[in-house]
Amino acid sequence: MADLNELKYTYSLRLGDDAWILSHRLSEWCSNGPFLEEDLALTNLALDLIGRAQGFYKYAAELEGKGKTEDDLAYRRNERQYFNHLLVEMPNGNFADTIARQLYVSVFEYYFFNELKNSSDETFAALAAKTLKEVKYHMAHAVDWTIRLGDGTEESHWKMQRALDSLWMYTGELFEMDEVDNELLQQCIAVDVIALKAKWQEHIERVLKQATLKQAEDAYMQTGSRKGIHTEHLGHMLGDMQYLQRAYPDAKW
Amino acid sequence: MVVADKTKEDILKLLSQIADPEIPVVTIQEIGMLRDVNISDDGIEVIITPTYTGCPAMGIIEADIKALLHEHGYDATVKLVYNPAWTTDWMTDEAKEKMRKYGIAPPTHSSCGDIAAAEAEIACPQCGSKNTEVVSRFGATACKALYKCNSCKEPFEYFKCH
Repeated sequence: MADLNELKYTYSLRLGDDAWILSHRLSEWCSNGPFLEEDLALTNLALDLIGRAQGFYKYAAELEGKGKTEDDLAYRRNERQYFNHLLVEMPNGNFADTIARQLYVSVFEYYFFNELKNSSDETFAALAAKTLKEVKYHMAHAVDWTIRLGDGTEESHWKMQRALDSLWMYTGELFEMDEVDNELLQQCIAVDVIALKAKWQEHIERVLKQATLKQAEDAYMQTGSRKGIHTEHLGHMLGDMQYLQRAYPDAKW
Repeated sequence: MVVADKTKEDILKLLSQIADPEIPVVTIQEIGMLRDVNISDDGIEVIITPTYTGCPAMGIIEADIKALLHEHGYDATVKLVYNPAWTTDWMTDEAKEKMRKYGIAPPTHSSCGDIAAAEAEIACPQCGSKNTEVVSRFGATACKALYKCNSCKEPFEYFKCH
């Protein structure tokens, strides 16, 4: 068995990566939102996620004990060293694509952090309790828009349906458990995500019904991110995100 | 460095004058971000908690705390804690009233489970009318939502319950 600190390091890093990569995606909407208030909303979500990533990266760095900072973890790793879910690295696409991604992710996070707040690890529990409050707002935002677009015009309806269908294959990964999850679950530190799947699915179905949309049909589920295998999109994103720190290491304002 | 002659209460009192950088009419103590002070032989440790995890004001608040204590001859470290998670329940009634006079509708409900219910009856800070509506749940800072008043037609910000 791997050392407990090593397992917790990996767990914290994954949670940091999920928040960090989604945050960057949402920040790409800055000045591109459909209208001013929505531009602010998407970047507000991004800000919450940066804060969350900072919390989990700080803890990961502390567990690793090599004197790294949260910035080292955010900017000094290569594609294969990121462990975020594939879903969060998917491109923004059109507004419906972004909302579909937000819906799948935020409903998952709502149930996930609701469990992680009972973790026997104090830091995970504290960060989860804090995060849960913010995620409620993220979920409300995604649900409102899903209903508005689904039950909107013919065009908004089909765009929303197409977005939900095309992202569906990346949702299977949210409910995978590997050796890190299982070892930590035994110690009551990690969340049993398999147990969350039914609740998540029911919740999504409820929203889609209200939005006059259909649940995507079960299909092949893409996987790999927990081993560092990503879609082609992550590398491009990192090239953009890490440019400054790579070109001018330790650059400060 | 002289620390021994000061009590924790003295330091807290001193720090209670630091204003929130985003809403300068309230202090970091009134808003509930200033949590504790520990005095030891190593110096002063100030414990603060963020309102939102990504609150960009935290860096400024930390610098303000250090600068104020330095002015009084103390070196301090500032520690950020997440537990217990900050809630608008910690905000004093005085702080809420100051916020309202400043033009921001203060949080009315206690830390909410149901966001929609908490948003239903927000009084306009200008005219007091409850005939208001949400424009966006996300405003100029993470802690505020955008509203408009249907009675006096003024737009305003609402400090979200959390």
